[in-house]
Amino acid sequence: MTRRRTPVDVVRAAPGPAFEIRLDGRPLVALPGQSIAAALWAAGVLSWRTTRRDGRPRGAFCGIGSCFDCLATVNGRPNQRACLVPARPGDTITTQEGHGHADLTV
Amino acid sequence: MPISPSDTHDLVVIGAGPAGLAAAVTAAGFGLRVALVDAAARPGGQFYRQPAPGLGAARPEALHHSWRAFARRTARLDAQLAAGRVRHFAAHHVWAVTRDPAHWTVHAVTGPDGAQGRAEVRAPHVLLATGAHERQLPFPGWTVPGVVGAGGAQAMLKAGLVLPGRRIVVAGSGPLLLAVAGTLAAAGATVPVVAEASGYAGYARAPRTLAANPRKLVEGAGHAVTLLRHGVRLRSRSAVTAVHGTDRVEAVTVTRLDRDWRPVPGTGQRIPCDALAVGHGLVPQLELATALGCATRAAPDGTWALVLDDQQRTTVDGIWAAGETGGVGGSELAFVEGELAAYGIAHRAVRDSLRRRRDRLRRFARTMAAAHAPRPGWTGWLREDTEVCRCEEVTAGRIREAVSGLGARDTRTVKLLTRAGMGWCQGRMCGPAVARLAGQSGPAADRRPLACPVVLGELAGEQG
Repeated sequence: MTRRRTPVDVVRAAPGPAFEIRLDGRPLVALPGQSIAAALWAAGVLSWRTTRRDGRPRGAFCGIGSCFDCLATVNGRPNQRACLVPARPGDTITTQEGHGHADLTV
Repeated sequence: MPISPSDTHDLVVIGAGPAGLAAAVTAAGFGLRVALVDAAARPGGQFYRQPAPGLGAARPEALHHSWRAFARRTARLDAQLAAGRVRHFAAHHVWAVTRDPAHWTVHAVTGPDGAQGRAEVRAPHVLLATGAHERQLPFPGWTVPGVVGAGGAQAMLKAGLVLPGRRIVVAGSGPLLLAVAGTLAAAGATVPVVAEASGYAGYARAPRTLAANPRKLVEGAGHAVTLLRHGVRLRSRSAVTAVHGTDRVEAVTVTRLDRDWRPVPGTGQRIPCDALAVGHGLVPQLELATALGCATRAAPDGTWALVLDDQQRTTVDGIWAAGETGGVGGSELAFVEGELAAYGIAHRAVRDSLRRRRDRLRRFARTMAAAHAPRPGWTGWLREDTEVCRCEEVTAGRIREAVSGLGARDTRTVKLLTRAGMGWCQGRMCGPAVARLAGQSGPAADRRPLACPVVLGELAGEQG
């Protein structure tokens, strides 16, 4: 079977060295310049937040920062729009649960 | 990095998409000092989103249409940046524009997600080139991971070189769907079907407008060829009326619609897929304009657009607009309008040919908008438990109860009774749907005091 064409092939991308990020402790690979949401999609992860009322899974929806469905806790900071924030080596992303207050005292 | 009040420009352009880019380079060419303020790291807007430099894309144009028109402007921008005629404020999210005695002050928060501080930029003229976001209509299962915006899928692909799945159904309404399906297929996805809720007969009712826009016909034919080559089937008068899968998309049901977009019973067809890219046209982003008091008008696609004069002036003196803010019309029109606005701001005489081109493309945009405008029967595919407001998880049943049981007649009352539209996105995703369920023919023009999130500390730092 021939290898399936990928977006990287189509634009003839030669990305800089891949690096590791973590989602809930699980190591994933990101490419330089990708948003956190893009790196998660590339790893086949489509959800990284649960909703406040029903605990339903959510991930990137609008992809441009309008819908806020892709909120994540990044390096301890809650409510970051994963589709806007670039992935950096060593980033730790935590599934954001419920209200997004994380460990803030409210 | 607050800028001192003495640091003023002749023009602040908000948005570096096709309209803002064209305006900035044209105005700078006339000798104006221009500040180009944009939320993204690189110019291009949503249409010309590009892979980050770190991804080393040798051919970013492979995922784009009319790249040359963009490359011409970015070359001019680079020259003017080097000459100091344009300053580019990248990663600046504008949250408000305020009036001082002699200037407008454009207030922004900085950083990729707007969390790295504040900046203000001043000028006697402001051009609003803030573009649009996607219009979404809810359907059962549209919150399941793997359901993504059609424009969103394209944006994530263009910028991050990623796909939400391998087998992606494209659905909704509007010409963007064809472009999205073509781009996804070119990037290696299998697109089994594009489900367009409208028909294409609307175009045929405007033969003179079509004949006057041969390039648009060629563009449409180009999409058709791409879809054929990739084996993509186009189904008009069809919509996704169910998503199967709980934690991920496993399949969708595509159902035939009647002329009013009511699902025809018994016509549902299950199509296996692992993602769904969906959108129902675009909504102009008008928060900054409406906060300034710029007058709006109803567009034929059921959205609101700014009232603009022949020179792209809004009804507020010193505030100009171009591109989607004046009604959704695409990148070619946005380039022309941005250029026209720059002529007006610089008090230069406009070539007749440029104005004629604008008028011709605007006419095409109106035809297109009318052809794909949502028809009222779409509410027939909602179930009582279908979520309408994604942020606050408000179902169609609760909104209907607010309307029929509690007497709500508009989005504002529905919001107060149910919290629909009160969450993070401030009704950007659910606004059109809630308005329809409340019995309005369409939503009111967007009014939000802040155009993007601003942390309280930044607001507290504002000088009274």
